[in-house]
Order: sequence, then structure tokens, then C-alpha cells
Amino acid sequence: MRPIITAVALICASIWPAQAFEIEEEHQFPAPNASAELRILSTTDTITFTPLIEGFQKNHPDLAVRYTVASSQEVFRAIYDDSAQFDLVISSAMDLQMKLANDGFAASHSSDAVEALPVWAFWRDQLFAFAQEPVVMIASQAAFKGLTLPRTRQDLIRILRDNPERFRARIGTYDPQQSGAGYLFATQDSRQSDTFWRLAEVMGALSPRLYASTGAMIGDVQSGKLALAYNVLGSYATARLPAGGDGVVVELEDFTLTLLRTGLIPRNATRPDLGGAFLDFLLSDEGRRLIRDKAGLPPIDEAALAAGQHLRPIRLDPGLLVFVDPLKRRRFLNEWSAALIHP
Amino acid sequence: MKTYLAHSIRRRLVLQLLIVAAVLAVLLYFSIRTVADDAVETTQDSILGAATMAIADQLRGADEGVEIDIPYSAFSMLSSISQDRVFYRIVVGGETITGYPDLPDPPQGTSLLSPVYFSSPFRDTDVRIAAVERAVLVERSSVPVLVMVAQTRQGQAAIVASMANRAAALGLGFFAVAAILSLLTASSVLKPLHRLAGSVGRRGPQDLRPVTGSTPAELVPFVLSLNGFISRLRAALTRTETFIAEAAHHIRTPLSTVRAQAEIALRQTDDAETRATLHKMIRAVEDSARSASQLLDHATVVYRTDQRDDARIDLRTLVQDVARMSDPTADLRDITLDVTVPDIAVEIQGDRLLIESALRNLVDNSIKYTLADGLIGIALTVESGRADIIVTDTGRGLSGATAKELTERFRRGANVADVVGSGLGLTIVAEVAAAHDGAFTLADRKGGGACARLSLPLR
Amino acid sequence: MRFLLVEDNADLGQSVQKRLAMDGHAVDWAQSLADAEDHLGVASYDLILLDIMLPDGDGRDFLAAHRRAQRDTPVIVMTARSAVSDRVALLDTGADDYITKPFDFAELEARCRAVLRRRGGAAQTQISFADLTFDPLSATVTVGDEVRELRNRELRLFEILVAAPGRIHSKAQLCDRLFSFAEAVSDNAIEVYVGRLRKKLAGSAAKIETVRGVGYRLTDT
Repeated sequence: MRPIITAVALICASIWPAQAFEIEEEHQFPAPNASAELRILSTTDTITFTPLIEGFQKNHPDLAVRYTVASSQEVFRAIYDDSAQFDLVISSAMDLQMKLANDGFAASHSSDAVEALPVWAFWRDQLFAFAQEPVVMIASQAAFKGLTLPRTRQDLIRILRDNPERFRARIGTYDPQQSGAGYLFATQDSRQSDTFWRLAEVMGALSPRLYASTGAMIGDVQSGKLALAYNVLGSYATARLPAGGDGVVVELEDFTLTLLRTGLIPRNATRPDLGGAFLDFLLSDEGRRLIRDKAGLPPIDEAALAAGQHLRPIRLDPGLLVFVDPLKRRRFLNEWSAALIHP
Repeated sequence: MKTYLAHSIRRRLVLQLLIVAAVLAVLLYFSIRTVADDAVETTQDSILGAATMAIADQLRGADEGVEIDIPYSAFSMLSSISQDRVFYRIVVGGETITGYPDLPDPPQGTSLLSPVYFSSPFRDTDVRIAAVERAVLVERSSVPVLVMVAQTRQGQAAIVASMANRAAALGLGFFAVAAILSLLTASSVLKPLHRLAGSVGRRGPQDLRPVTGSTPAELVPFVLSLNGFISRLRAALTRTETFIAEAAHHIRTPLSTVRAQAEIALRQTDDAETRATLHKMIRAVEDSARSASQLLDHATVVYRTDQRDDARIDLRTLVQDVARMSDPTADLRDITLDVTVPDIAVEIQGDRLLIESALRNLVDNSIKYTLADGLIGIALTVESGRADIIVTDTGRGLSGATAKELTERFRRGANVADVVGSGLGLTIVAEVAAAHDGAFTLADRKGGGACARLSLPLR
Repeated sequence: MRFLLVEDNADLGQSVQKRLAMDGHAVDWAQSLADAEDHLGVASYDLILLDIMLPDGDGRDFLAAHRRAQRDTPVIVMTARSAVSDRVALLDTGADDYITKPFDFAELEARCRAVLRRRGGAAQTQISFADLTFDPLSATVTVGDEVRELRNRELRLFEILVAAPGRIHSKAQLCDRLFSFAEAVSDNAIEVYVGRLRKKLAGSAAKIETVRGVGYRLTDT
């Protein structure tokens, strides 16, 4: 998959005027007699989003949609540094989205749909969440044969400590230096309890593999290369793991971070109204149904959050800016590297 | 506006109370706004300060330099009141090492050991900045570290706006209540005035007692003046009455002597010239006496018509009394008084003395101008809501003059120069009729003489 | 008639007393209320003439006391006040009538007569002359069985004549006494009344004789 994507990106890069930021995918959704084009910049892959775009176009048959995918860092750079022209920016990197909004790069948007959001699902009238996803662990049942699947991080630490040989070089997690999501998960994880650092040390002693992409990580679990993948976005896991297969999704009971996938309308958007329309569509009943059934993402649901006591939603507040701070980032990554890479 | 106010204490009072209420309401509004503003700002400042302090407290001096560790909670807590944008800047030894470098410096000259707050425009908005300075020991030298955390204040503005709305509603409500209360207050304050006016107004015309009863302190000077005035008036009236009585007595007694002596002299002489002189004397005495009487009568009538002392009067008995009193005078000249009254009593509402005075004048008039052996008819009739007293005589009539002319003061008919009279008699009758909403008509009578009709409404 | 005159002014009192005496009345004159009480204590009167302002008190108080004591002598008040209210008050206090000073003596006499008539009583005696009886109070002459009423002037004329029968009364004097000084009197006015009186006396022995150029006199034929 990856090489094809890169090829497409290179072709796109060669044909269209050079973008300063790196695009992973770009897909055009045309409309007959299109009166305008909605330009979306997103971290979510096209496959996941296609049913949503198609659903939107059913309601707005005169609108064409251009859907551009990039990594969360690149998405951030595109707006922050390059002032790229997009009508809607969608990202799982809550911290980077917060920085964009805080530093004045987001336009205000109000509508009945956003008014209906629960208070933890939006920031000001500029940042809006449309999906809430748990950050989970994927375990290979075969690898855990004879052992009980860990229910808490304490369990995991103990299991890892007690069975070093089983797990040596068979633990996978995001590389926070490369993956924006990975960085977010690691930093938020570190906030929740001290167990993070102990877990990091324990993992670090077992030569963990670091990944920049979810797909690769999950694939390696499926192929047996990994015994467990730590801090994976639950939706991806559910999408890629075949039911009844070897890999199982584990939501740790001490706490399971919940990520909010957010959208914002850039201040310099050419058609902010179109961006707002798409956002409202995502939050509508039709949109939520498509999100849940076709995109495989959990839509915003306060009840579900309340029902899962172990679920810890990541707060959409300026606290997210702390780990965006370069000093803080450097400090954390140093510590993290020290724990995980050079034990 | 001045005229509008000048003519009503009530309006003045209400207006002034309303103005006071309006001023207070506006003051209330602004006070609440200011207090709210201050309170919210203080609260947000405290949190901002706490965030700044949280960062400052984490500063450490290390070999490489100053170690900075921004606690997550420092920024997270800033969302506790509102979703405002957050900016920060950390300056070590004069150099901005992280944050937003264009965040403005704190004002000079203030100690920054505890957070200093100031407002400033920043980029596309306005922010509130908290600044704190710490000295951190790095390799035995003290490095100043400035920590600034800033936040937009839209949340605060929203809270203050909503409080301001509530304050405005409060102010309006307060004003409305004050308006109602001021109307009530004005009524209640003015009540003693109304009461006083009512009690004095209800008095009869003869009532010259001082005003008593409890009065509020502010009205006491007025009531005292009023009572002073009443007693002066009463004294003046008493003096006048006494004077009149004295004057009457002192004028009339010598006049009586003159008349008696003249009559004596007349009996004692047969000399035609002397007799003529004495006749003239007696006539002169009668003239002055009659004039004086009528003048006094007229004055009394004028006074009384302004202040009638009304009561229920039976006109029947009044007519009969006047007829009886006038009988001897009529009889002297063989004039017959023929009185006709109905069988039942004829009651009206009026001043007894005024009506009796009018009737006496009418009858005296008739007697004066009727020839000897004449007939005077006094009739009392009731007809369509009016009681009529009709005095007819067989005298000289009006000789061409009209009733209007004759009722003018001091106006006498053309045909009465030889009869003593002051000319006020009919004026009195006309004034009494007017005072009772009645009518007085005077006309020649068929067959000679005059017919006077005093018509009074039955009530 | 017997009068008690209560008047403090010397000139007026003396004048009234003399003038009434000229008409043949008997007048006792008291100059104060105390004096009046003394008089009332020893004599009885047909009528009291009462002044209001007296040195030792108000005439009205005397009047009130008089009524309370239930003495029935009629009282005519001589008042200098002529206001209606005063007059009414006087009558209410118990005066039988009032007359305003200065007064016409003829009017006074008429009022006295009226009061006495109202009061009834046999105070006045009848006067007999020739073959008739004359009752001044009821103003009648009785000739034989016939009672003839005299009108006011006829009555007064007869009173004057019968007071001094045989005496000649001049026209002038009769005029003075029969007509008020305010009236214009025609030349033959007296003749008219003499004529009327003659008619009333017709059939009796009393006759009014005309003395040409001098006057008239009443004679008993």
C-alpha cells in the first residue's frame, strides 16, 4: 500500500504546483455541473472517508469535493506555515488542531448541529469533534497462550517482566518522534499515571519495535511478528483485524484514552460555508450513521462515554498546548527515548 | 416644564422621586457591572496567576542552564472558566526561549515576585497577561527568568455581558417598583393636605373656629397662620358687627329724638310755615333712617349670598309671618293684605333670612307705592318644580321702566320721586333670587299696579 | 293705654313720653332695667316699650327673664338694629313685635293695637258716647244692635274726635295724625274719611259737624 501511495503522491506533486507540505493521497470527487469545490485536508485515509463524502454529495449534488490526505504534522504545517487554502481541516492530532485554533488559524462556525454538541466535544466555536475513539492495545492470542490477557497496565508490566523471552522484540508501539498520534498518545498516557514510565522501562528492556504507521503495526501483529501493539487507534484495529482472528482488541481497564477526531475551518478558507456545511453533515443523524456504519468510527456519544468507566477522553483544552511547546517536547522525547530506546 | 411642575406638588414629588429612582437604578446598573467585571477579572486573574506560578515553581537551575517544565495543569486550568485562547512566553536572561515571542513585556518598575496583571492588544485580539519573575541559580550566578501567561478575555466579556443584562433587568425592575412606590408615596404624603383642605372646605360660612386636629409638623406653620388669619377675621367681623350696632344705635337714637320732638312741635303749632318746615324735617329723618336700613340690609344680603346658610324652609309659614308683620303698616293706610297659600307645606332648600329679606322688601315696596284703600295680594303657588311668591298691588305700576332697570342699585322709578326710598329694595330681591338659582320678574299688572314674581326652585 | 317705656337716653325718652301723652296715653318712664323692674313691681301696664341697649344690661336678657317669669305684659322692642336676623332673634327671644328707631308713632300705635288684639284680654275698656259703644281694640262701633267695623283711618279719626268731644280739630292737625309724613295728601283727603266715618255713625246720635274754615267736631245730638 505504502509504495503505491508514495508513487501517487510523487505524481501528484509533479503535476500540480509544488506544495510545500507532503501529501499522502489526493482524491477528487466530482459532481455533474459542479458549482463549487469543497477542499478538505485530512489525516484520515480516503477509504474511510469516502462513504461520508458520497453521503454529503447526495445532499449537495452540485458540490465537488477534493480530499487531500497528509500526516498530522504535515497537515499542521500546511495551515500554520504555508497558509494552504483548504475549506476544512480534519485531524486526529488534537494537540496540533488546538494549536491551530489557539493561534488564530481557525474561523468561527455556528449552527444548530454544533450547538448540540456536548461541552467536552468542542472548543470555542472553532474546533469540533465528530468521532470519539478509544486508544487500545492489540494482542495476539497465540502469543499469549497460557497467559491471561492483561486487564490493566499493572498486569501488563507484570506479564512482560515475568515472560521476557516471549515478548522480546515482539512489542510494537508508535514512534512519537515520527507519529503525531503516537506522540499524543504517549504524552497523554504519561499524564494519567506513573505506570507509563515503568511500562516504558519494561518495554524498553525488551527491544520494542517503533512504527510510524498503524497499518504496518497491525499487519505485523497479524503476521505474528508482534505479540502486542500498544496504543493503537481502536477504529483502525477493528477495521483491519478480521473477526475471530488471532488479534484481539484489549481496552485496558485502569484507563483507556479516548481520542477525539476534530475538524476546523481555516481562517483563510475560500469557501468556509462549504466547510461548515460538511462539518454540520458529519454531526447530523445521517452523518453519524455513516460514521458509525460505513466509516467504522464511533460518533460523538456522551452516553457511551459515561457508560465506559475506564474511558478517559482527552480534554480539548489549552493544556494540549503544553506538549506542543518545543522545550517540553524535547524534554519528553528525551525522557521517552531514554526509557524506551536506550534502557 | 417649570410651569408643569409649579402647579402641582404631587407631580413635583412624583417626578423628583422618579428622577432619584432613575439615578439610583442607573448607578445600580453601573455598580453591578463594575463589581461583576472586577469580580470576574479577579477570578480569572487568580487562575491566570496560578498558571503562571505553576510554571514558575517548576523552574530549576541545572548545569546546562535553566530547566523549564511547563505543567500540563498550568494551561489546562485556564479552561476552567471559559474557552479562551492561551499564549505564553518564557524569557531567560533577557532572551525568549519558548512561547510567543511577540507577547508584550510587563510594565517597568513593578516587582514581579508575585504575579502582575496587565492588559494588552496582541496579534488579532486583546489579552490579559500575568507575569512573574524568578531568579534561578545557575552555576553560582543568578539568572532572571520571566514567565508570562496570557489569555483572551472573551469568556469574561460574555459573563460580564450576561451579568450586565441581569443588572439592567434588575435596574429596570427596581425603577418600575420605585415608580409605583413613588406614586403611592406621593398620594400618602399629600393625604394630610387633602384632609386639611377637606375639613376646612366642609365648614359652613359662619364657622370661624380655629382649625384643630393633628397635623403633620410641616403643615403646622401653615395651620397656625390659617388660624391666625381666622381669628383676625373673626375679630374684624366682630368689630365690624359691634361697630355697626354701635353706629346704628348712636345714629338712630338722636334721630328718634329729632323725629319725636318734631311731631310734638307739629301738634303744638298751627302756623303753616312752621308746619311745612317740621314736615320736611320729619321726612328727612325718615329718609336717612330708611336709607340706612336698606344699605345695611343690602350689605347683609350681599355677604350672605356668598355664604348661604341653607336649611329646609317652609315658604308657607314664612309668607304668613311676613304678611302678619306688614299688616299694621298696610293697615295705616287702609290697605288690605290678601294672602293666599296652599294647604300643604311648601318646602325648599334655601337661606331663610335672605328670602325673608327679599319678601319684606317686596311687600314694603308694594305698601309704599299703593294708594290708600288699595289691595295687595301675596300668593304662594307651586308649579312644575318651582315655588312662586307673587306680590301684586294696585299701585302706580312701573310707568314704562323695565324690571332690569329698576333692579339696578339705587335706581328708582320715574314715578316715585315723592316717595321716600333708597332704590335698593328691588336690587336686594334680584340678588336673593340669583343666589337661590331662582328668578325675579316685575311687570305691570293688567288693570293698574305691578306684579312681582319671585320664583324659587323646589329642592 | 298704660305704657312702661324703658329707654336710657334722656332726650329720646322724654320726647317719646311726651309724644305718647299727647295721644292720651299714660307713660311711665324707666331709664334702666333695675328701674323697670321696680316699676313692674308696683304697677301693671298694657304694654312695655323696651330699648335693647341699656346701661345696666341687654334688653334681651330682660326679655328672656320676663318670659321665664311668665309675666304676660306684651313687649314691643324698640331697636336701632334693622337686620333681619336681629329682628327674628328678638321675636324668638319673646318680643311680641318690634319697631325700628326712629319710628312713626302712628305705626307704633298700630303695632300696639295689633299686639293687644292678638293677646286678647279685656284690657281695653269700651268707650260709650251718645248712644253708641266704641271698642278701639276691635275697631268697632255698636249702634243699637249693629256692630259696625271701622277701617284703620276711620278708627283713628274717631278716636281723635271722641277723645275730646265738642272740640274743633283743624284739618291740618287731622292730616298730621291720619297720614304719614311721607305721603302726599290731597286737599279733600280728610273730607273723604270724615264722610266715611259719618256713614259708619249713621243712625246714631253721634254726629260729625263741619265747622267751615276751622275744622270738625264730634257732637252728641
